Amino acid sequence: MIETSELTRRYGQFTAVDGISFKVEPGQVLGFLGPNGAGKSTTMKMIAGFLAPTAGSAKVCGYDVESQPIQAKRSLGYLPEGAPSYGEMTPRAFLEFIADLRGLSGERRKQRIDDVIGRLQLEAVLAQPIDTLSKGFKRRVGLAQAILHDPPALILDEPTDGLDPNQKHEVRALINAMSAEKIIVISTHILEEVHAVCTRAVIIAGGRLLADSTPAELEARSRYHGAVSLIAVNTGAAREALARVADIDSIEIDPQDHRITAIPKKGRAIFVPISEVLKNQGVEISQLQLEAGRLDEVFRSITQPHATEARA
Amino acid sequence: MNPVRTVFRRELASYFATPVAYVFIVIFLILAGALTFYYGEFYERGRADLQPFFGFHPWLYLFLVPAIAMRLWAEERKSGTIELLLTLPITMWQAVFAKFLAAWAFVGIALALTFPIWITVNYLGDPDNGVIVASYLGSLLMAGAFLAIGSCLSAATRNQVVAFILTVVICFLLLMAGFPLVLGFFQSFLPQGVVDAIAGLSLFTHFQAISKGVIDLRDLIYFGLTIAAWLYATAIVIDLKKAD
Repeated sequence: MIETSELTRRYGQFTAVDGISFKVEPGQVLGFLGPNGAGKSTTMKMIAGFLAPTAGSAKVCGYDVESQPIQAKRSLGYLPEGAPSYGEMTPRAFLEFIADLRGLSGERRKQRIDDVIGRLQLEAVLAQPIDTLSKGFKRRVGLAQAILHDPPALILDEPTDGLDPNQKHEVRALINAMSAEKIIVISTHILEEVHAVCTRAVIIAGGRLLADSTPAELEARSRYHGAVSLIAVNTGAAREALARVADIDSIEIDPQDHRITAIPKKGRAIFVPISEVLKNQGVEISQLQLEAGRLDEVFRSITQPHATEARA
Repeated sequence: MNPVRTVFRRELASYFATPVAYVFIVIFLILAGALTFYYGEFYERGRADLQPFFGFHPWLYLFLVPAIAMRLWAEERKSGTIELLLTLPITMWQAVFAKFLAAWAFVGIALALTFPIWITVNYLGDPDNGVIVASYLGSLLMAGAFLAIGSCLSAATRNQVVAFILTVVICFLLLMAGFPLVLGFFQSFLPQGVVDAIAGLSLFTHFQAISKGVIDLRDLIYFGLTIAAWLYATAIVIDLKKAD
């Protein structure tokens, strides 16, 4: 379990993290969302035991990060922001160094190193200095280091930053594969990632925790939740037809692809009425879909009032 | 494996992974040799000892040791690996000590490679080898003190050039603490007792005492305390500067 209570960090007058409390249970993947400078990384650094909290506390698997730092650090795998590693070392030497510091030895050490090399597909670059590797490989070396000792809890600060779409997919698959028995906290500002890997999302802005729920619940807050979007052969005819549906609050038309989005009045379902009206009026459509809600819009509406460009 | 040993091994290996180590060792050996033979008048004075050789060490170290020390923590901070290192199951003290020890061992290797001059002086005459051993010990301790100072200043900045210059200046002041250059300044406004205490802090005085062949416990304690104090300060500075 990862647990924080009223976690706070101040830099002089500036409060980077302001009383954040949450709890993550095994099997959960918690996504940390927030604009740059929201306090995501600072929160993660405090849980990882790098920065001391100004107030409040954090616990990893029952160990307080301040009073039992070594036990807490043993239970945790941490990928710092930017996936730093020692550039002059080769991935193999680097992983062996981490394994030694993590107290792995003998057969288990060899087996764990081979396992992460296989999982993150590092075979091809094992003998090359990390400095000479591509950004994607550097990130994977960082991830390999974080999961090397098979920790019960994982904190990954922007694990897919700088990866290409294929690599992103692989890293997400890796996180999903590990999620069943581990506690995982990831930070990201890629909203699609929340859908792909997170079972829970918290939104942070201005150092405060503003939302804590499942990705689906967050989407339900969107004004696009339950909206119907369609592309008609004749946009004008479709608009006229939609005017007959009473529960539509407003209609938006995308100027580029002429996609029409009908937004329902609060709490009303409009998909069935719309599809019936379109059928009755004989409006030809090429696409018709029900929207779950737009996460980016929810994200903006929650974080915008707190938009302050502060330190990361 | 003990975390201190693990970090020590990684650090020491990292010196030899880049040309830094070889450049340092070659320059150290060339300068040590050249200064001894040309300016120390090693042959001309016709005495079988290594005083001219060791006499130049404080000045050699003054520029070469800060060059080794400047990267100790500044580089970790710049590359972000400090966050990795300090979130691994290792205490701050272990990390500070292990990195210092690796740098010290590296300078020790460079110093050990000056052995041909020891062989030379034994070939040419009949020196007091006890004094020479003591001088090597004194030289190593002084390098350790310089490194500990450099470690602290390297932790204070992520700019290695700043770390280098600050280390040179502080090492210089500590070397000269027993000389009129520094003492004269303090004498103008401090009581004699305090001025004597400042003179007692001089690295040079203690180094000279040991290199005369007299290993006095007080000199050993002086170097031990100097190293410990600066390493302690290193840990405090790292803690303070972690946030930025």
